[in-house]
Amino acid sequence: MIPAPFDHITPRTLDEAIRALASHGEEAKLLAGGHSLLPMMKLRLARPKLLVDLSRIAELSGIEAERDRIFIGALTTHYRIESSELLKEKCPLLPQTARVIGDVQVRNRGTVGGSLAHADPAADMPAAMLAVGAELLARGPEGERWLKAEDFFLGLMTTALGPSEILTKIRVPVLSGHHGTAYLKVPQKASGFAIVGVAVWLRVERQLCTEIGVGVTGLDAKPFRARRVEERMKGTNLAQSLVQAASSQVTQGVSPLDDIHASAEFRAHLARVYTARAIQEAAKRAGV
Amino acid sequence: MPISKLVGARVKRREDPRLIRGLAHYVDDIQLPNVLHAAILRSPYAHARIRAMRTDQARRHPGVVAVVTGNEIRDQVGCVPVASQNPTLRVPKRYVLAVDKVCFVGEGVVVVVAEDRYAARDALDLIEVDYEPLPVVSDPEKALASGAPVIHPEWPDNVAFRFDLKQGNLAKAFKEAERVVKQRLIHQRLAPIAIEPRGVLACYLPGEDELTLWSSTQIPHILKTQLSVMLKLPENRVRVIAPEVGGGFGSKLNVYAEEGLIGHLAIKLKRPVKWIEGRRENMQGTIHGRGQVGEVEVAVKKDGTILGLQYRVIADIGAYHQLLTPGIPPLTGLMLSGAYKIPALAIEVTGVFTNKVATDAYRGAGRPEATYVIERIIDRVAQELAIDPVKIRQKNFPRPKEFPFKTATGLIYDSGNYQGALNKALRLSGYQGWRGEQRKLREKGRYLGIGLSTYVEICGMGPSAAMPAGGWESGTVRVEPTGKVTVLTGVSPHGQGQETSFAQIVADEFGVPLDDIHVIHGDTAVVPSGIGTFGSRATAVGGTAVFQAAQKVKEKAREIAAHLLESDPEDLVFSESRFSVKGVPKKGVSLQEIALEAHLARNLPKKMEPGLTATSVFEPANFTFPFGAHICIVEVDPETGRIEIRKYVAVDDCGKVINPLLVDGQIHGGIAQGLGQALLEEVVYDEEGQLLTGSLMDYALPKAEDLPRLELARTETPTPVNPLGVKGVGEAGTIGSTPAIVNAVVDALAPFGVTHVDMPLKPEKIWRLCREKKERRAEGAG
Repeated sequence: MIPAPFDHITPRTLDEAIRALASHGEEAKLLAGGHSLLPMMKLRLARPKLLVDLSRIAELSGIEAERDRIFIGALTTHYRIESSELLKEKCPLLPQTARVIGDVQVRNRGTVGGSLAHADPAADMPAAMLAVGAELLARGPEGERWLKAEDFFLGLMTTALGPSEILTKIRVPVLSGHHGTAYLKVPQKASGFAIVGVAVWLRVERQLCTEIGVGVTGLDAKPFRARRVEERMKGTNLAQSLVQAASSQVTQGVSPLDDIHASAEFRAHLARVYTARAIQEAAKRAGV
Repeated sequence: MPISKLVGARVKRREDPRLIRGLAHYVDDIQLPNVLHAAILRSPYAHARIRAMRTDQARRHPGVVAVVTGNEIRDQVGCVPVASQNPTLRVPKRYVLAVDKVCFVGEGVVVVVAEDRYAARDALDLIEVDYEPLPVVSDPEKALASGAPVIHPEWPDNVAFRFDLKQGNLAKAFKEAERVVKQRLIHQRLAPIAIEPRGVLACYLPGEDELTLWSSTQIPHILKTQLSVMLKLPENRVRVIAPEVGGGFGSKLNVYAEEGLIGHLAIKLKRPVKWIEGRRENMQGTIHGRGQVGEVEVAVKKDGTILGLQYRVIADIGAYHQLLTPGIPPLTGLMLSGAYKIPALAIEVTGVFTNKVATDAYRGAGRPEATYVIERIIDRVAQELAIDPVKIRQKNFPRPKEFPFKTATGLIYDSGNYQGALNKALRLSGYQGWRGEQRKLREKGRYLGIGLSTYVEICGMGPSAAMPAGGWESGTVRVEPTGKVTVLTGVSPHGQGQETSFAQIVADEFGVPLDDIHVIHGDTAVVPSGIGTFGSRATAVGGTAVFQAAQKVKEKAREIAAHLLESDPEDLVFSESRFSVKGVPKKGVSLQEIALEAHLARNLPKKMEPGLTATSVFEPANFTFPFGAHICIVEVDPETGRIEIRKYVAVDDCGKVINPLLVDGQIHGGIAQGLGQALLEEVVYDEEGQLLTGSLMDYALPKAEDLPRLELARTETPTPVNPLGVKGVGEAGTIGSTPAIVNAVVDALAPFGVTHVDMPLKPEKIWRLCREKKERRAEGAG
């Protein structure tokens, strides 16, 4: 469990970090909380020559509200999200999701940006970000750009980030009005990652679902937003039969993962069941 | 201050402060000057010929001191030993590093020794091995089929050994049976996963010609003997030290290739060498447990009386034997009678070579398998005959007055009251109430299940005649000149807490405070002799040796006291650590004063040897047979296959209890591991012999959140086998819990027509079963 030799630098500014990435190309890897990267390095599945350690860059941490948006620094730990009073009040789906990531040690070290950029197909946080329609700020040699969460995840451990870009910030909306949120997952019992995880936020006006976001992780090679489910729920009164029917759409156009922990068939079944259960739970919390 | 009786008290573990504060010394914490570090290149193939190796680049890597291959040392280091004997046993040579051929993923191929751990590990990447892959067989049933790949050419049928046991008239039992119930059962392979992986540090002093080897082992004395054979060193030049050992669960009840290899390297390089196992190596190269596939068949009367039982089982041995590999499945056979009177019994074991790491003792070692077989089949019978699982057990229990009870397998159960333990468990769990609740919930489409297990196990191993490497144990008690007491024990605790419980025994005997007693174990140069810790034997055998040694010391002290007090030994009374003349309490002498006199030796009885020390070696006349009743209540969600444990009650009888806190801890941990087997754990190899569960990201151990609140209680039936009346408790939780949980889940799914589910009871299996059965019912109805 000893990694291959590597160098380690601790830039003080983002520009320094971006320059290091740009000059080392494929051989450099960003180090955030390290809870995905370091195990891979110890097994020598990843052998970066250079670790660009982001921990000394102050501007990457923190949670702040600005009007109807909340900004979360990419290096914010899962624990900070889990325990943030601001988020619990304004965007509770994120603390609800952070709470069930890994274990205490992982949540204390692991970061939201690290998790999103790593894009593990079974990570929890992407589901929540997709559900609330988060936007991600990428910064590279050419400057900054905002990416929608939906456009961010491209495939198995692949994101829209360029080779020298760093995910610096996440922007999520303040969930206003009469709303409910829920993140439900079936954990893979060894790793704690999601066999299937479904994040839902929905807004209810006059007993009708006026807005809904459904993010799904664990099911496919990339986390995705279940648009078909959302469309079928919007405008309904969230009756159980409607929820069931809509949730059955979650697997449409999806190629479910298949491994020793769950077959594709079982994953698909669980996704349908948990989508329905998550919507019902969110509806209950919205007072329906 | 009077000292209250310590035996029976919930004394906190004396080991814990050093463990909790990080002050304990495991192998890796031991620092020696000039030490070298070893890393082992392991086979990525399950079966392959080694055609060529290129090690030059590794040898040139900065910091590398030596690179050694199997061929280079095949004649210098003996093979990995096998202790269990069996007339049909076939023992393939297992070299400490593979020679010409590898037979499982993780088998050591080349060792690199370097100035630091990093250089050693980096150099492994520079070694090129040219493998010619050979056909692989990883499934033990397929290994027996004709035309299966052959693992050891000298035995083309892949059979490692056979073991048969037949007692009673089985043909008659099956002829007279009113019902025969059959069930195929799988005991999946499990990884023991001690929290501290293995580790070895060896130091050879050429001037003294002495080898000291620190190893994370459960059996330092046996290891010393075996090492001297492997390394061709006189045994009196070998010292083995088991320092702090972070758990073993049987996986360190062994002699491993690395112990011989590292010892050899230290001698050859004349520098200390350390090897610390990584978790991945631990999962690939340290023994696994269980691994049996069997078919059980019982002959019963309509009233549930068992007439006979037959069990045919294939034991997945792996590619080579380890120390006790062939001894484990026979234990299953011996214990197949369980807690019941079964007049006729037969077991046929076929040990089979497969391209996997060896199986060997893992907590329970053969008995969880036996208990699972009998407890599962008795539930199957109850289900078939529509008898309450409680009633069918009661019907077949031997009564308390029938003890000592002789089983058809030839064992003599020492003492027991199985009905008593079951009654207590029924009362504590509210069994009848749950049956009512079950009926109510079923009407609402909810599936509650109630599972029982009334187990008996074999402990206190054991009489030497029945053991492969001695079953006695030694204990030495020495009162130092200052009155402090030193206890030496041949057992080798690695988490069990005997530094506490043995001190309790001696403290009571001597009337001294616990803090005045120090228990030393695990060093063959300090503890004169011993066998080790396994088979729930440490307290029953080792504790008895310590108790007897303390009594010897006390007798000697009494003689010295009589001499000093000019009185007759018979006229002395011992109280509060002091001998005094009966009726004249002021005329007395303390143990401390006696110890000093014994040491100074100026005023001792004639011909008495100086010193106040004694050694006792206890040889038990029989095993001990703890028992108990576990009741588990689960609710199953057929839509997701999720299992929730609603209640868990365990009533265990381990004879007399020295320290209830330690006993509770053993039961807690045991149940956790038993639950692991029932619900979560499974070593998975694919067809190519690749280990798919090679890390803790894929091999699911039970976590705190997976465990219900455990309600523990005890009955206390002392054993007549030893004067302490203790039976042993290290494995009881594991043995009792697994069938209780599986029986509960099967009971929950009875409305679906489910009669059995193989472990681990993963959600997907449950879901498939429910869906399949539901569909079948619908078809049937249609």
